[in-house]
Amino acid sequence: MLTGLISPFRRTSGMARWILVSGLFITGVFIAFALFAPWIAPYDFNQQTVDGVKFDKMAPPDGDHWFGTNDQFYDVLSRVIWGARTAVEVVALSVMFSVVIGVPLGLLSGFVGGWVDRVLVFLMDSLYAMPSLLLAIVFSFLLRGPLGGGIIAAALSLTAIYIPQYYRVVRNTTVSAREATYVEAARAIGAKNGTIMGRYLFGNVIQSVPVIGTLNAADAIGTLAALGFLGLGIQPNEASEWGYDLSRALDDAAAGIWWTTVFPGMAIVLLVTGLTLVGEGLNETVNPALRKRRLRPVQLPPHEPSTYLAEKDDTRFAVGDRETVEKRDER
Amino acid sequence: MQTKPEPAVVGDDLIEMSELEVHYELRGGTLSRLLGVGAGTVKAVDGVNVTLRRGEVLGVVGESGSGKTTLGRALLGLAKSTRGTITYRKPRAGGEHPEQVVSKMSARELRELRTDLQMVFQDPHAALNPSMSIETAVGHPLKIHGIASGEELRKRVAAALERVGLSPAEQFMRKYPSDLSGGQKQRAVIARAIILDPEVLVADEPVSMLDASVRAKILQLMLDLKADLGLTYVYITHDLATAKFFCDRIAIMYLGRIVEIGPTDEIFADPKHPYTKALLKAIPEPDPHKVVPRDLPRGEIPDAASPPLGCSFHPRCPEAVAECGWESRDLRNLLEEHWTRQDPSVYESEQGLVGDLGVLDKPQKRVTIGKGADSARVRQLLDRARAENPSEPLWRGVDEVRETEDGVEVVFHKGYDPLLRPSGGVEVACVLYPEPVTPEPARPEDDRHGS
Amino acid sequence: MTEMTDRSASTATSGGPVIDARDLRIWYGTDRGPVKAVDGVSFTLRKGEILGLVGESGCGKSTLGRGLLGLLPEGAKMDGQLRFNGEDLLALPKKQMFAKRGAELGMIFQEPLTRLNPLMRISEHFEETLKAHEKRIGKAEIERRSMEVLRLMGIPPTRFRSYPHEFSGGMRQRLMIALSLVLRPSFVVADEPTTALDVLVEAQIIRILHDLRREFDTSLLLITHNLGIIAEACDRVAVMYAGEVVEIGDARDVFAEPQHPYTRELLRSTISLASTGLNFIPGAPPDLVDPPPGCHFHPRCPDAMNVCATTHPIQREMKNGSRTQCWAADLRNGYAQDLTPEQTTPLSREEISVADEA
Ligand SMILES: Nc1ncnc2c1ncn2[C@@H]1O[C@H](COP(=O)(O)OP(=O)(O)O)[C@@H](O)[C@H]1O
Ligand SMILES: Nc1ncnc2c1ncn2[C@@H]1O[C@H](COP(=O)(O)OP(=O)(O)O)[C@@H](O)[C@H]1O
Ligand code: SF4
Ligand code: SF4
Ligand SMILES: [Mg+2]
Ligand SMILES: [Mg+2]
Repeated sequence: MLTGLISPFRRTSGMARWILVSGLFITGVFIAFALFAPWIAPYDFNQQTVDGVKFDKMAPPDGDHWFGTNDQFYDVLSRVIWGARTAVEVVALSVMFSVVIGVPLGLLSGFVGGWVDRVLVFLMDSLYAMPSLLLAIVFSFLLRGPLGGGIIAAALSLTAIYIPQYYRVVRNTTVSAREATYVEAARAIGAKNGTIMGRYLFGNVIQSVPVIGTLNAADAIGTLAALGFLGLGIQPNEASEWGYDLSRALDDAAAGIWWTTVFPGMAIVLLVTGLTLVGEGLNETVNPALRKRRLRPVQLPPHEPSTYLAEKDDTRFAVGDRETVEKRDER
Repeated sequence: MQTKPEPAVVGDDLIEMSELEVHYELRGGTLSRLLGVGAGTVKAVDGVNVTLRRGEVLGVVGESGSGKTTLGRALLGLAKSTRGTITYRKPRAGGEHPEQVVSKMSARELRELRTDLQMVFQDPHAALNPSMSIETAVGHPLKIHGIASGEELRKRVAAALERVGLSPAEQFMRKYPSDLSGGQKQRAVIARAIILDPEVLVADEPVSMLDASVRAKILQLMLDLKADLGLTYVYITHDLATAKFFCDRIAIMYLGRIVEIGPTDEIFADPKHPYTKALLKAIPEPDPHKVVPRDLPRGEIPDAASPPLGCSFHPRCPEAVAECGWESRDLRNLLEEHWTRQDPSVYESEQGLVGDLGVLDKPQKRVTIGKGADSARVRQLLDRARAENPSEPLWRGVDEVRETEDGVEVVFHKGYDPLLRPSGGVEVACVLYPEPVTPEPARPEDDRHGS
Repeated sequence: MTEMTDRSASTATSGGPVIDARDLRIWYGTDRGPVKAVDGVSFTLRKGEILGLVGESGCGKSTLGRGLLGLLPEGAKMDGQLRFNGEDLLALPKKQMFAKRGAELGMIFQEPLTRLNPLMRISEHFEETLKAHEKRIGKAEIERRSMEVLRLMGIPPTRFRSYPHEFSGGMRQRLMIALSLVLRPSFVVADEPTTALDVLVEAQIIRILHDLRREFDTSLLLITHNLGIIAEACDRVAVMYAGEVVEIGDARDVFAEPQHPYTRELLRSTISLASTGLNFIPGAPPDLVDPPPGCHFHPRCPDAMNVCATTHPIQREMKNGSRTQCWAADLRNGYAQDLTPEQTTPLSREEISVADEA
């Protein structure tokens, strides 16, 4: 399976590889921020003082605060870096949850068929038809009670949006793979249904999951930010979140204070772009319809003596009389 | 080089198929599904009786669509039989043969059965899981049945790979199907099939998708395996030339039924059924002195959802007689053939005369054409068509052509759907055998349309 | 000597060859280096003649067929000399080549269904094809000409307005043939036209192809890996191995007395009704990026001598009139008498693994 995940990368070339690599680079930077936030960020996300001295409010960027400070006395650079941790955590969790739920459901539904399939298809289609932000808002309201306004709650509200995508793709590929000869061959050697699903179908129907995963992750960044912007996402005291910071900073922008909006905004745009690039790059390699066998330029060396036996009086072409032909013997 | 193998010592009956039927209900469009009406039935296997003897190679030969694959799948319980029985007599030490009825087995019993009955598939490129290494794939049967694991499993996989010629095995075990050529894939599929040490191998066109130069190698391998492992083969093919070489007995199938069955030598020495003769004649022989055969059956294998009345082969049969089941659809073919021979302008004028050809599409024994047209001219048209090709077998099956008030009525001779019956050393389902024309015993000609 | 192989008694007609190919090379550039799919192929094809092209998969048959029609993928390189009715095709601008295709050069593929548009009636397919080459053609004329070819292919006029999916496999192949013949091209390449069909239908199609010349005067290059088809339908046969034509000649002569060991072994490995044993050629055709030195067939050849592993044989006319490149055939036919005993000693090689196959 691991080779299955790596090989599309090896198969890339030209434009697709460039897209994939640049996407991976951008995404990698943000993941590094997320992992090493405590070491990279100069301050904590909710730190307002250093050595007992309070930061200036809305100070423009300078040597102490590269990205300035905001109206809550927070250091913007630290908020952006810690925000990366929040975003990556939420998105990773939500993608994981939706894969873990969506893929097996799709597999089962496609393999078993019948009424199970019909009910699931109906449910998922209804979910899918709903506007995703609306769905996220509803779920975050519902989950706020039991789970509070933390990372898990935010991740779960996003999960609900993305399950149907995995479900649909996996179910449809399962329905066609179910008829493949190798599945029949598995039956012929006495495999049980569970084995067939796990060993014969699973590996072949999850090919496009990484693509959907990264594209969903990009989408999730946006949705998370939108939730935060509306004040429905992660509570400010729990973690730093770009959407929330943006919404607070909006009023400042009119007053010419640009650094509180530009940096979190740019973070969102960059990470979304990075993930989308990864997704598109992967798509090009996983999806054979988009992949074109490209030929390299080839130079034909000059003709060796003709292989053709021409008639002595055949003067239409001046190649290959007896003599040149015979030369070939000596090679 | 391997010369034709000695006929194996053929033992007791191993598998007996009796009145076996595999019918598929066709699911129609959304509307018919809502209304709960089926769109028809495909009689993929329609009443097959045949006994497989221990140690023999039984060939099942026919064009695609004749039900060969379905028959093979039914043997393994992969396709559900809708009627009839398949009885498997498992050979045991001590000489007892407990009978097992495949068609009545539970899912668990069927899985158990698969240690004895195995299959090799037509398309080697599709028969292996693309995301499974050769080692895992070939060893999987052992794992599934809990026969071996760990080092023992690995050893047995290596042995099986070596046995089928994929050596050095170490090198092939790590590979994935996409790394192998067609012939190598088929070898891996065969390795997977023999690793459980089965009794019977159903080989469904094992070489038809391979390059011509690889075919002989794979067949050679199968012969070797048979000799070494004491296998019994059901060899499914559309190619009589390999069947001649490979099989002890041959069953010719057409549209779900066996139309001729007998020892290979008898079939080739004196092919009886017109379909067998046609198949033989059509084989392209690498002999430049043989000219392109001209008297081949026309058309193609009909739709199994609405087979011809009477003998299913009659629309194509060059030898057909009055009793073969002629009907309205044959008249349509006749008219179309007539127009194919004529100038397009003839078609334009005559088509108006005959009217809607759709009336001929429903199988009928008497049918009226040219409704509303001048019946004398319609009749002349039929006469012209007849004069054009007087040897057309259809006319043998036409009892009467009558001008009536609303057109020309064509009445066809009563037909029969011949059963297999002994003739010479073989069994044939054709009214011509045994001679003279012997319609009985037969099924009613519209038997297949009854349900 | 050029005409020596053109003795196809049954059909040879007067006039120059329709196709005159000399030293054709077609290479594909890949990451691993150039694939020499066609490497120095020469042959002629006369009016109304059927030339069979046979060989294992991967020997360059399809590449040659497509190259003759200018249908190579972007990036493939082709050189040599190719004359079509005297006109140099390789010098022709792309646009003119495009106009020629269909009108004068036709192609029949293996899978007809993928070549037909499922949403277009048969009549529309014909209309499109005819209009592409004859802009001002009228409806009646389209119908007349399409019906005429359909008739010759044995497709009833009642089916003229049907859709492709309403036809059976054999009928579709007839349709494809009809479509490629409606403009009456003088040269047609048929690439494995019957491989996907059943024997009876295959025989029907072969008969149609065989009879083409009677109606259309078409010269046909029939690519197949089935020697039986060649024997029944072709006047001449060219045997291709590793990008080269190793033997070409009158079908009857070549089948009766194959000169090249590859031809002989191919014939022997064909399973026919007359077969009494199973024969095969060990190994597989070589990787065309790096074919074996000397005679490309030497690692698999039962007759290989020391000279074969080092020196490429040259094409010579054999006693039976076929053109062959093989040292052993040379010796049998009185050529290459200056080879030393050391050179003619049987070559000792490593045994080829059983599983090394296509
Ligand atoms: N699963 C299926 N559902 C419906 N029809 C089927 C199915 N499998 C086979 N058939 C039909 O049964 C007939 C026989 O098919 P098959 O057994 O594959 O023949 P063969 O192997 O001789 O080509 C064909 O008409 C085919 O369309
Ligand atoms: N588009 C292509 N790009 C690169 N290599 C190719 C391409 N098409 C064919 N080849 C290679 O050229 C060789 C000859 O192929 P082909 O002409 O298809 O042979 P055949 O028709 O005899 O099977 C093979 O080695 C094949 O891999
Ligand atoms: S019964 Fe015999 S003669 Fe009549 S159509 Fe069938 S095969 Fe032909
Ligand atoms: S040249 Fe040598 S190796 Fe090549 S075919 Fe002739 S005998 Fe065999
Ligand atoms: Mg089949
Ligand atoms: Mg090819």
